[in-house]
Amino acid sequence: MFAYIARRIVYVIPIVICVALVCFLLVHITPGDPLVAVLPADASQELAAQLRSAYGFDRPLPVQFGLWLWRALHGDLGSSIATGRPVLTEVMRAVGNTVMLAVAAAMIGFTFGLLFGLIAGYFRDTWVDKVATSVAIAGVSLPHYWLGMVLVIIFSVQLNWLPAVGAGPGGSGAWAWDWEHLRYLVLPAITTSVIPMGIITRTVRALTGDILSQDFVEALRAKGLRETAVFRHVVKNAAPTALAVMGLQLGYMLGGSILIETVFSWPGSGLLLNSAIFQRDLPLLQGTILVLALFFVLLNLLVDIAQAAIDPRIKRS
Amino acid sequence: MSAMLDSALQAAPATKARGYWATVARRIVGDKVSMACAIILVLIFASALLAPWLGLADPYQGSMIRRLRHIGTPGYPLGTDELGRDMLARLIYGGRLSLIVGILPVIFAFAIGTSLGLVAGYVGGRINTAIMRTVDVFYAFPSVLLAIAISGALGAGITNSIVSLTIVFVPQITRVAESVTTGVRNMDFVEAARASGAGPITIMRVHMLGNVLGAIFVYATGLISVSMILAAGLSFLGLGTKPPEPEWGLMLNTLRTAIYVNPWVAALPGAMIFAVSICFNLLSDGMRSAMDIRN
Repeated sequence: MFAYIARRIVYVIPIVICVALVCFLLVHITPGDPLVAVLPADASQELAAQLRSAYGFDRPLPVQFGLWLWRALHGDLGSSIATGRPVLTEVMRAVGNTVMLAVAAAMIGFTFGLLFGLIAGYFRDTWVDKVATSVAIAGVSLPHYWLGMVLVIIFSVQLNWLPAVGAGPGGSGAWAWDWEHLRYLVLPAITTSVIPMGIITRTVRALTGDILSQDFVEALRAKGLRETAVFRHVVKNAAPTALAVMGLQLGYMLGGSILIETVFSWPGSGLLLNSAIFQRDLPLLQGTILVLALFFVLLNLLVDIAQAAIDPRIKRS
Repeated sequence: MSAMLDSALQAAPATKARGYWATVARRIVGDKVSMACAIILVLIFASALLAPWLGLADPYQGSMIRRLRHIGTPGYPLGTDELGRDMLARLIYGGRLSLIVGILPVIFAFAIGTSLGLVAGYVGGRINTAIMRTVDVFYAFPSVLLAIAISGALGAGITNSIVSLTIVFVPQITRVAESVTTGVRNMDFVEAARASGAGPITIMRVHMLGNVLGAIFVYATGLISVSMILAAGLSFLGLGTKPPEPEWGLMLNTLRTAIYVNPWVAALPGAMIFAVSICFNLLSDGMRSAMDIRN
C-alpha cells in the first residue's frame, strides 16, 4: 500500500507543475496590457514601465514562470490588483464558503443518487427504474443556473419561504450554524446537488445491473443467501467505482461553482473568480484557478488511494 | 431423424443478413423516445434557421410601454422581455446563436480529438505518452472552471467562447478515441492489412476509422448537451454574446432583474436550453443502446 501511495504521489508531481504552467500562461494569452486595471488612464510611459518592473512583467517568460512558481510554493500568489490584499488570503476565505456549499450539496446529491441508482439497478426495467432514470437524465441535462433561478422564483418570489441571495443576514463575514443562516444555504445547495445526483444515479444503476448479471450473484443465491445478504455483496462490489465518481463530482462542485454562486451571490471562490474576470484582476484570476485546480488534483489523488484501499485488485494493475 | 434435418434445412429462409448500420438505424427509428427527441430537435433547428420567414415580430424592436407583458397577452404569445421585445421572436432567433455556439465546439473537438486519439492509439509508444499525458493535464481542471478560465482570459465574445469550449472538449474526446482505438489495433484484420503492405495512414483511415467512429460519435452527441449548457452559461456570465443579440444564456441573464415582476417569462430561455440539452442526451443514450449489439 505504501509503495502504491508513493507511486501515485510521484505521478502527480508533473501534473501539478503543468497545471501551474497552464494557470501561469492564462495571463499571457490575455489580449491587452495586464496592468490596465491599475494604470490610470493618463499614466506616463515611466509610470507604466515602473509598474511593469514592479510586477515583474518585463522579465523573460520562463524566468517569470520560475519566480512565480517558487513564490507560489512558499504560499505567495502575489496580491490582488483591485484590492491590494494577498491573493492567497482572499482565495482561502472564499474557498471556505465554497467547501460549505459543496459539502451540503454532496450530502443531498450523493444520498439521493446512491438511493435512486441502487433501486433503479435492482428493479431494472420496472416503473421504479423508469422514474429514477428519468429523474437522473433530467438532472444531468438541466442548466443548473436556470434551475437556481426557477427555485428562486418558486421559493423566494412566489412562496417567500427562503432568501434569494447572499450568505446570511449579516453578510458573508458573520456566518453562524443556526437556521437564520442555514436557510440561505438551502436553495444553492439543492441547485448544486442536481447534476451529481443525476450522474451518480446513472453510474450506480449501470454498476448494479452489471454486478447482478454476474455468475457469482447466481452462486450466492443458489447457496441460499437471503436477498439482503446478496444486496450487501452488490454494494461492496459497486463501492470502489461509486466512490471514484463521487470524489470526482465533489471536485466538480468545488471547482465549477461559479455559475451557481453568481446566481445566488454566494460569496465563494466562484464569485471571486467572477469578479476577478470582470475587474481584469489577473493575479487573482491566476491564483483562484490554481488553488481550485490543485484541490481537484488532490481530491483525485485521495480517491485513487481510497479506491486502492478498498479494492486490492487496483494496486496490482 | 435425417428427414427432420432435411426439412429444417429447406425451411431456413434465404434472406440476406442486414448490415450493422442498417440494423442500428432500424433500432433507432423504432425507439419512440429517440424519435420524439429527434423531431423536437429538428423543429427547433428548422425554426431557428427559418426565423426570418416565419412572420415573427422584430426581435430587436423594443418599446418602453409594453415591457414585461405576461405569457398569453394577445399579440405576444410568450409575453415581452425587460425592454418590451417580443419573447417568442427572441427565443426563436436566439436559437441561431445558442445552437451555433453550443454545437460548433463539439464538432471541432470531434475532428481534432478523433485524429489525436487515433494517432495515439495506433502509433502507441512515445507519441501515445506525449499526447495522453498532455490530455491528463487538462483533466486536472474541472471542465466548467477550464472553460470559464480560458474565456475569462481571452475576453468576452462568441469566437472566444467557441475556442475555449473546443479546448475543454478535445481532451475528453481524445481519451475516448484513444481507448477505442487501442481496443481495435491488435485485431486480426488490422494485422492482415499490415501484412498485405498497407501503410499506417491507410490502415488508420480505411481500416480503423470506421470501427472507432461510432463509439466516439455517440460520446460526442452526449457532449453537445454539456456544451449547450456551458455555452449558454458563458453568455449568462457575460463572457459570450453581447446585447442586444438574442441568445438564450444572455437573455436569461438580462431577465434576472425581472423575476419579481414577471417570473415565468424570465425563466423561458432556460427552458429552451434544457429542452435542447435533454433531447441530445436522450438521443445519445438511444444511439448507444441501438449500437450495443448484445441486446
